[in-house]
Amino acid sequence: MSERKIIVPGEVIVSGDEYLPGEGTEKDGKDVIALRYGIAEESNKLVKVIPLSGTYMARRGNVIIGKVIDITFNGWMIDIGTAEGGFLSLMEVPRYVDKNGLDEVMDIGDMLVAKIVGITKRGIDLTIKMRGLGKIEEGMIMKINPNKVPRVIGKEGSMINIIKEGTGSNITVGQNGLIWIKGDTIESELNSKEAINFVAEKSYVKGLTEELKAWMEKKKK
Amino acid sequence: MDGEEEKMTEKFKRPDGRKPDELRPMSAKVGVVPNADGSAMFSFGDTIAIAAVYGPKELHPRNQRDPEKGTLRCNYSMLSFSVSERIRPGPSRRSMEISKITEWALEPVLLIDRYENTVIDVHINIIQANASTRCAGINAAILALAHAGIPMKNLVTSVSIGKLNKNIVADLSKEEEDWEEGEGATDIPITMTPNGELTHIQLDGKITDKQLKEAIELARKVSKEIYALQKKTLKEACQNVEDEE
Repeated sequence: MSERKIIVPGEVIVSGDEYLPGEGTEKDGKDVIALRYGIAEESNKLVKVIPLSGTYMARRGNVIIGKVIDITFNGWMIDIGTAEGGFLSLMEVPRYVDKNGLDEVMDIGDMLVAKIVGITKRGIDLTIKMRGLGKIEEGMIMKINPNKVPRVIGKEGSMINIIKEGTGSNITVGQNGLIWIKGDTIESELNSKEAINFVAEKSYVKGLTEELKAWMEKKKK
Repeated sequence: MDGEEEKMTEKFKRPDGRKPDELRPMSAKVGVVPNADGSAMFSFGDTIAIAAVYGPKELHPRNQRDPEKGTLRCNYSMLSFSVSERIRPGPSRRSMEISKITEWALEPVLLIDRYENTVIDVHINIIQANASTRCAGINAAILALAHAGIPMKNLVTSVSIGKLNKNIVADLSKEEEDWEEGEGATDIPITMTPNGELTHIQLDGKITDKQLKEAIELARKVSKEIYALQKKTLKEACQNVEDEE
């Protein structure tokens, strides 16, 4: 089963003792059954379903873009588009913060790039103690469907690198579907936005990298 | 069985000329509500249902949260213009009952244990009604839930089986629901998985044990058609949805 095929819940993806059920699947006797709607993929006898739609599911290690919605005595509540709220603790900020002046560091409404360090019953813990993470000072934020994020980034960042080089802007893609674009000019930011939308719309096309290159060439003229 | 059925058709004519096991023309589409996390339309003839799914999301008020599993919340509503005589909008005794019934019909297949403290909202709106609205609603809801990426064991299909006088027929229309000749009409909405496991059955009227078994067998038979359409819709939608977005 090298071909990727669309699967509906309850459908038998493959049958055979040698197959192992991965994410979004279940084993029933010999059959591997899909539990979610998406594309079935098999590698090394491990079968999984890649979801095509739905809300963003937080995972440890994901870099996301969020918005400060509340300030508590020891950190910030961050909206990252999931059912549970994100929480950025004071301890996870790589600088000295006055306990009475949390809003001077980040105020309600500010956007930030953060990384998920843990998911507990109480919520999602975030950190900005890493290069490239922190409050967003300038640029523009756009939103795409979170399920299209892998396509926009491409294999090892191939797709996003084409856009970055082509427009000369700096782009950070959050796994939750929010994208931060920062360019030297507004034009370059708008061009990046258009290019990302182009990729997101055509996410099912094969050989999209080539098509994107051609499209960017045409745009330049 | 075939011979028996033929005899039945000879004697009995449905008002719209359908065979006893013939469904009204169905159509289905997913991704009809762009703002929702998942959405679908399903229709049986003139009955059209639209379902939109939001979530999993935080449940408010907090005291209704379930720390052991996710909550499914259905909201069935017939729009005021769905029938020729305007119906008062808003919750009614009937719509609240159907909302609850829909939850119970869907819950057995959903795997929402992992979504503790959250809620999945399913809004079902009947934009045009000609009987079998709850079945169309459930069919739309399961498509919308699958489209929203909610994990589930299987899809479910819902169909109303009726008994008109002594004849068992599939997919009642309004005209048939109001049948008055002989024993009158009995309405039996049934929801089942493609494997034939029932998740919901209601009965409104009188029926014998033997005929009820017959009705369930008929539901099993026609459910296959509905399932085939649901499957086809989801498979084809994948391309179209991405085209539109």
